[in-house]
Order: sequence, then structure tokens, then C-alpha cells
Amino acid sequence: MSKTQLVEQLKGGLDAPICLTWELTYACNLECVHCLSSSGQRDPRELTTDEAKAVLDELHDLQVFYINIGGGEPMIRRDFFELLEYSIGRGIGVKFSTNGAFIDATKAKRLTEMDYLDIQISLDGTDAVTNDAVRGEGSYDTAIAAMQHLQDAGFGEFKISVVVTRHNVDQLDEFKALADEYGAQLRITRLRPSGRGADSWHDLHPTQAQQRQIYDWLILNGENVLTGDSFFHLNALGEEPLPGLNMCGAGRVVCLIDPIGDVYACPFVIHDEFKAGSVRDEGGFSHVWKQSDLFTELREPQSAGACASCGSYDACQGGCMAAKFFTGIPLDGPDPECVSGHGEAALLAASSIQAPKPMMDHSKPSRVAVTIGRR
Amino acid sequence: MLDATLTLHPQVALRPEPFGALAYHYGNRKLIFLKHPDVVRVVESLDGTATVAETLAACHIDEARWPSFEQALTNLQTSEMLQ
Repeated sequence: MSKTQLVEQLKGGLDAPICLTWELTYACNLECVHCLSSSGQRDPRELTTDEAKAVLDELHDLQVFYINIGGGEPMIRRDFFELLEYSIGRGIGVKFSTNGAFIDATKAKRLTEMDYLDIQISLDGTDAVTNDAVRGEGSYDTAIAAMQHLQDAGFGEFKISVVVTRHNVDQLDEFKALADEYGAQLRITRLRPSGRGADSWHDLHPTQAQQRQIYDWLILNGENVLTGDSFFHLNALGEEPLPGLNMCGAGRVVCLIDPIGDVYACPFVIHDEFKAGSVRDEGGFSHVWKQSDLFTELREPQSAGACASCGSYDACQGGCMAAKFFTGIPLDGPDPECVSGHGEAALLAASSIQAPKPMMDHSKPSRVAVTIGRR
Repeated sequence: MLDATLTLHPQVALRPEPFGALAYHYGNRKLIFLKHPDVVRVVESLDGTATVAETLAACHIDEARWPSFEQALTNLQTSEMLQ
């Protein structure tokens, strides 16, 4: 079977996801301006420890090999280590994303002693100014301190996870050097207009010239850098495809379980329109994955729509569903960052309509100056 | 290759899928697609046989197809799925 045939098979869906993201909590110590889940405050409906373990039991039965844990900041949950150990004990490897604030020397040692565990430290700039503009004051120092603790504890190859923006795209080589310095692996992913990113995307997303820069950089360095296959829309830029499967995996090989147990097609589409069900429903996660109307629909052949007449459709697959949805572009329209330049017209056409707003906003209330004193 | 004794690495799990199976190596985190049901059958039968040739024969694989199976198994050995 060729790669193309395999991709066709995968588009029809798998018996269980390959890449399942599970956000354990909406609580976070940071308030990144591009947070895909608009995290900040804990949701009182979040899954209990027992419910979370029941989901892990189910994932074990489905033979899910590993899960990607995120948040919010997952380490904020008091049962974080308990769930980590339970998952690994059930044969489900864990990769978790963290801003590093809760990794001190002791925790780094504890994490190092666990098998089948990968850690991703989020960092969006190779200097404090660039990083903190997006992730908040002090977050650069926090991430570097966590990386240092992991290195000192002998954790081995952890990951540094970067969301590529207009402001850090020139730092890709420096990110690679930083990763090498810490014995880490670099992971770069695409910025989406999801969560709070819906408000910051227009100012942060790479320019048309920078898209080319990312493509060229990935062609040179891609084999040693993880991307979560997130840049497949760039494939229309050249003859040589980027490493990876280059397809949208939403609802087919990928899905998201959010902190309250709702199941979405991918981590970037927290919106009712892409909610397939809940792990709390009758039949649990398994039923949602195998039977839900939404996932069944996503596994049907998709229309190329407005892109059908474009010679690049086979290469770029029309781009990212989430990027279109939250910028108000029809799902069968071009990606807002279409490298053939069709995105700008589509964005212009969409500018007169109200783009769908991301849901489940858990942002902390904005601080209002309070004057204490007599009225 | 035909005379070699191969077994599935103890840290590798196979998950059946419509196209064949997924193989995941918990040690090196590699995920490989076994894209033909016959390859899955052969890989699953390795443990009970002394040589690759014996496995292929036991699985009733036509000898004309052996070279492509040798190639597939070599690839799996390179990624440490088989040892």
C-alpha cells in the first residue's frame, strides 16, 4: 500500500485515535494571549479522579498507545501524578505539555524516574521579551528553570514546544540551538485562531513571506523537528512535501477530550459545532469515537469546494478546518494562510460576517483597578 | 534474512486496524503502519517459529512474494520493532 492509499484509509477513520489530546483542567497560572482553550480558571464540572481513571481504563481497552495531556496547566491538578502513574500503569504512555512552573528539582527527579513519559515545555521566544509578550511576564525564566531542572535530573530528551508567530519565526535556528543545548527535541506548531487566539491571531500569525520561510526551514530541518503535522497547508509551496502524513486528522486519527469530558474533533475546535459527545454519555468515549454523527461525517470524503479548481489542492488539502472556522471562512473555502494567496480574499469576504466565537472561555476576569476608601 | 530468527520486541504492541495494524514501540516511541494483513499475520507468527523462512511457509505465503516480505521485515528490524 502506498502512502497515498494509507492516507485515504486514515481519512476513513481508525478503530481508536492515534493522537488523543486530553486537557485535564482549564486552570492555569498563565494567560497566554493565543491559548487555544481560553484557559485560566478551573471549571467546577471537571472530571473527578475516578472519572478520569475510568476514561483511562477505556483507552486501555481501545489500545490507545499514548495520550497527550495538556490544559490549562495540567500539573495544577492535585491528582496529576496519580493520573500519570495510573495511565502508565495501564500501558498508556503519556506526553504532557506544561509551562514548567511546577517543575522544581524534586518533581524533575520524580518525573525522571517514570517510564513512558515525555514532557513538552512551552516556549514562544528564545528571549524573555519575545516569549513574555505572548505568554506573560516571567514565563520565559520559568520555562528555562524547568528545563534546567529536567537536565540536572537527567530526564533525557524532553521537548521544547513552540507556536510559530510573526515575532519568533526568525528565531527558529536559535530554538534549535537552545534545544540542542539542553539535549531536548524541538517541536514547532502552527498558530491557530482558536480560544483566545481568535483575538490575537490577526496580529500574531506569520506573514505570507514568513510562510515561505517556515517551509524552507522545515525542508532543511524537518526530519529532526516535530511538527504534529501542523504545517501541511505549506505543501503547496514546493514539489517536495514536508515530512509527515499531511492530512487533517480531526475526528479521524485525532481528537480532544476537554477537562469536563466533552469530546471535540481536535484540540483547536472547542466549539459546539465540533463537539461529538462526552465521555460521561452512555457508551463513554468509545461510543463517541466510533458512533458519533460528527465523527462519522468527518470520515466521509470531503468536498474541495472553492479549492477544487486549484492545482495545489492535493498538496495542501485545503488547509486547516479550525483556521477557517474561527476566521469565518467556509469549511470548503481556502485556508486563511493559503500560500497561493487565496486566503486574503476569503478573509476579506468573511470580514463582513461575524466569525464564530470560540466557546468554553475560562479566562480569568480582567483586573479592574479598585479604589479603597470612603464613597 | 530467511535464516534469521526474529521476534517481536517485547516493548512493541500491535493494534488491529482495517488496513492491517499499527505497531507502537513503547521504548523508542516509533509508530509504524503495517499496511497489509498478511504482514501482520507473519509478524504475529514470528514468535512460534525458528526462522523467517519457516514463518513464511507456516503462513502459506507464496514464495514469489518472499522478497517483499523480507524487505518489510528488514524495515521493521531497522526500527527495532523486531529483534
